[in-house]
Amino acid sequence: MTDLLDIRNLSIRFKGKRTVHAINDVSLSMKQGETLALLGESGSGKSVTLKALLGLLPPKRTEIKGAVHVNGTDVLSLSGKALQRYRGGEVSMVFQEPALALDPVYTVGHQIAEAVMRHKGLSKADAMSIALDMLDRVRIPSANRRLHNYPHELSGGMRQRVMIALALACRPRLLLADEPTTALDATVQVQILLLLRELQKEFGMGVIFVTHDIGVAVEISERVAVMYAGQIVEEGTTREIIRDGRHPYTQGLLAANLHDVARGERLTAIPGAPPALETRPEACSFAPRCPYAVAACRADLPPVICPSERRRVACLRAEAPMAAE
Amino acid sequence: MSAIDYAPSPDTGGPAQPLLIVRDLQKYFPVRGGILGRAQGRVQAVDGVNFEVKKGETLGIVGESGCGKSTTAKLLIGLTEKDRGEIIFDGKALGRELPLKDLRRGVQMVFQDSYATLNPRLTILDSVAFGARVQGLPNPESLARSMMDRVGLDPDRFAHRYPHELSGGQRQRVNIARALAMSPRLVVLDEAVSALDKSVEAQVLNLLSDLREEFGLTYIFISHDLNVVRYISDRILVMYLGEVVEVAPVDAIWERQAHPYTRSLFSAMPSMDPDNRTEEPPLAGDPPNPINPPAGCRFHTRCRHASGVCKTTVPTLAGLPLNAAHRVACHLHDATSGHPEAGQGVPA
Amino acid sequence: MALMETTPDTLSAEPVPAAKPQGYWAGVAARLVRDPLTMLCAGMILALILAAIFAPWLGLADPYKGSMIARLKPLGTEGHPLGTDEQGRDMLARLIYGGRLTLFIGLMPVVTAFFLGSALGIVAGYVGGLTNTVIMRTVDVFFAFPSVLLAIAISGALGAGIVNSLVSLTIVFIPPITRVAEAVTSGVRALDYIDAARATGASAWTVIRVHVIGNVLSPIFVYATSLTSVCMILAAGLSFLGIGVRPPEPEWGLMLNTLRSAIYVNPWLSALPGVMIFVTSLCLNLLSDGLRSAMNVRD
Repeated sequence: MTDLLDIRNLSIRFKGKRTVHAINDVSLSMKQGETLALLGESGSGKSVTLKALLGLLPPKRTEIKGAVHVNGTDVLSLSGKALQRYRGGEVSMVFQEPALALDPVYTVGHQIAEAVMRHKGLSKADAMSIALDMLDRVRIPSANRRLHNYPHELSGGMRQRVMIALALACRPRLLLADEPTTALDATVQVQILLLLRELQKEFGMGVIFVTHDIGVAVEISERVAVMYAGQIVEEGTTREIIRDGRHPYTQGLLAANLHDVARGERLTAIPGAPPALETRPEACSFAPRCPYAVAACRADLPPVICPSERRRVACLRAEAPMAAE
Repeated sequence: MSAIDYAPSPDTGGPAQPLLIVRDLQKYFPVRGGILGRAQGRVQAVDGVNFEVKKGETLGIVGESGCGKSTTAKLLIGLTEKDRGEIIFDGKALGRELPLKDLRRGVQMVFQDSYATLNPRLTILDSVAFGARVQGLPNPESLARSMMDRVGLDPDRFAHRYPHELSGGQRQRVNIARALAMSPRLVVLDEAVSALDKSVEAQVLNLLSDLREEFGLTYIFISHDLNVVRYISDRILVMYLGEVVEVAPVDAIWERQAHPYTRSLFSAMPSMDPDNRTEEPPLAGDPPNPINPPAGCRFHTRCRHASGVCKTTVPTLAGLPLNAAHRVACHLHDATSGHPEAGQGVPA
Repeated sequence: MALMETTPDTLSAEPVPAAKPQGYWAGVAARLVRDPLTMLCAGMILALILAAIFAPWLGLADPYKGSMIARLKPLGTEGHPLGTDEQGRDMLARLIYGGRLTLFIGLMPVVTAFFLGSALGIVAGYVGGLTNTVIMRTVDVFFAFPSVLLAIAISGALGAGIVNSLVSLTIVFIPPITRVAEAVTSGVRALDYIDAARATGASAWTVIRVHVIGNVLSPIFVYATSLTSVCMILAAGLSFLGIGVRPPEPEWGLMLNTLRSAIYVNPWLSALPGVMIFVTSLCLNLLSDGLRSAMNVRD
């Protein structure tokens, strides 16, 4: 069975008034049905990666190198009709703001049915019954009635459920979720996370879940890839990352989560701010903020060390677990 | 670091006098609609809120969107006019004894969106010095410069920059410097670190703790992030649909959440444990619309302990028998309420 | 993790933009200079204005002196590079002298309306409530009439003449500017930095002066620039109808009217005032577009 996702040495550069090296030599693979959290802060390149997977980057302003294969399809070479079939059919996306991503002038049933008709070539009536089934599956109460509601008549959590129903209506192999719970309240966020987990089991699709919140990543994913300055600095199972995060940035993020910090205790903050990415990194991007940085970190790109299968850390010191705890 | 001429208005009430007392605060916003723009309903944003903030303590306010925490903040500093209720700052009631301009000298606010709170056309120095100029303080510029220095922004490098040239963390430092340049005694931080990246958030939280100690500040810290609130606060106040449902010292509430809503809020926190993930959502559905909040206890529509009395009678905020400082508005804790499970507390 | 630096004074690693601190207007100017089309339009307008101001010193023929024998000479006639009009007056001189009145009547009402309309709109937008309702509903009344009709009606009521044209055109342009000013101001009013400024205890006037005006004036200004071309055309229209400038004053609209009868005799000649109006208003429009993008801080 082919890998669901295979990204090889992807580099993305935005041209324009100022150049931004948004993604720098990223490689990533996913097996069928896996749930991966792409964890990073603003500007780390996690959303750009999702856009590249959907072929949504403006071709005139971007320079893309490397290869992206989803289920064997070469995504970067797709265009026109093939790209349309791929988007929404093979891969679909759930956005952060369902209020913006849903069309306000159509009922939610109509929008789901429309997508199904486009991709599966079904009749309107069949498509509507699929839409109803999807609303049921995302646990929307009295789905029959909700089918004829407009997005503004629904609450935030309901809208996100509709968004998920829309994304899953054509049974994609890969679901991309771009911070889908960030705009929601805590008690609603947890409902959506659990729903996504259940639906993942039910439909068996792969999920890439982009988030800046390490707690959310733990709730949703089996694997985590930590991004910093357009690179993946660490990858492994969620358990490995949480229990044995080896990259200093991962450790800093875990410490900054305040999960069990005593009140009034001084926080271990990562000093400084992420780099501007105007030039292609020639050394470890994290070195200026890293407490363990040595001369070698500033001279060359860090080696990628694989302590175990499908686990890697882009840090010189990754072999020796940190003794500072 | 140069000494800063921090000159807050003098303490008049003595240490026992709470710095801020809020009594029966209420604010309804009319919802207009239709052709004539007539009021079609009222958002009951803040409804009968009571609390106190002692001198030097930090009160954390938590709740979900629409619970009225931000409106409360704006009422406290007079940015929104209250419908009813009293705001008493160091023993003086706003209005009769304390003009709004004087209140604003003593209470300052830091907002969530670090970009929107800075005038894009003003330099950082002008933004920080604006308040001091307005209040007619001496040497507003040198005050602004030393305050910038204090929050970790080199005045020589940043004074003449514009907000869009700064990072989010730097801008939030500017906002803190601006608030402190007025020498306030109380600072209301409305989701002040929520929009920042986690690694930057920790820097700003450290800064806030240092400033609190150095200038003897009192904070009201509003956030949706329980971990952050727990880290910075002495007491936590929980709001739901415009009402206070629970208020308690941080350790007490961490130990035991008395209100079913508070309990749900706490269980909704990510577990941070891959072997022990959340398996069941603590609450179903979204918070109800504050335009027509449920009668009786506003939480009864989502509460698994709701009974007949909850639908009809509004519970009052009262201290728990074991700990009077731990106050909760729930019929479960009132033995005389007539709730079938009353007096047993909230089962785990 | 104790090794991690925790003091807040570790910002040296934070990137600081390399650009030198630069004032807002210096930035606008720098962006304008990089925009050739806008610079070309600005140059054209400037040339027209300068020519109009310095017309007496340019060695032109007398724009009022006609000649019965040299009427409607075509373009390129010796001594009259742009020909002569129906009374034998030199077209080049009349077009350049005509620029004086046309540009004055085209710009003055917009400038006046810019100040009055902005003031009304900013007050309405900032104060809100009843004040807003009174100002904006009054403005709406004027919107009930098409601007051309309104200008004609007011001018007709006041009588022909330059001053009356100015007054009527000013009245026509106050409502749209007020409406834009109100919309922009109420948008800015809702932003957090206004709340932050109010929270310092600043008076409404101080907040408007320091925080509102700087942020609303440029969009209103850009909008007003786009109205100048409309205003010029309306002014020309009033003259054309005989309720604006009166003969024998040279003014493009009036010239267009009087040369109308010559359209079959010498079409190129009679088109000249129209060409001037067209080119000037096109330049003004393009200039306002250029200003709009140059004044946009966030890019």
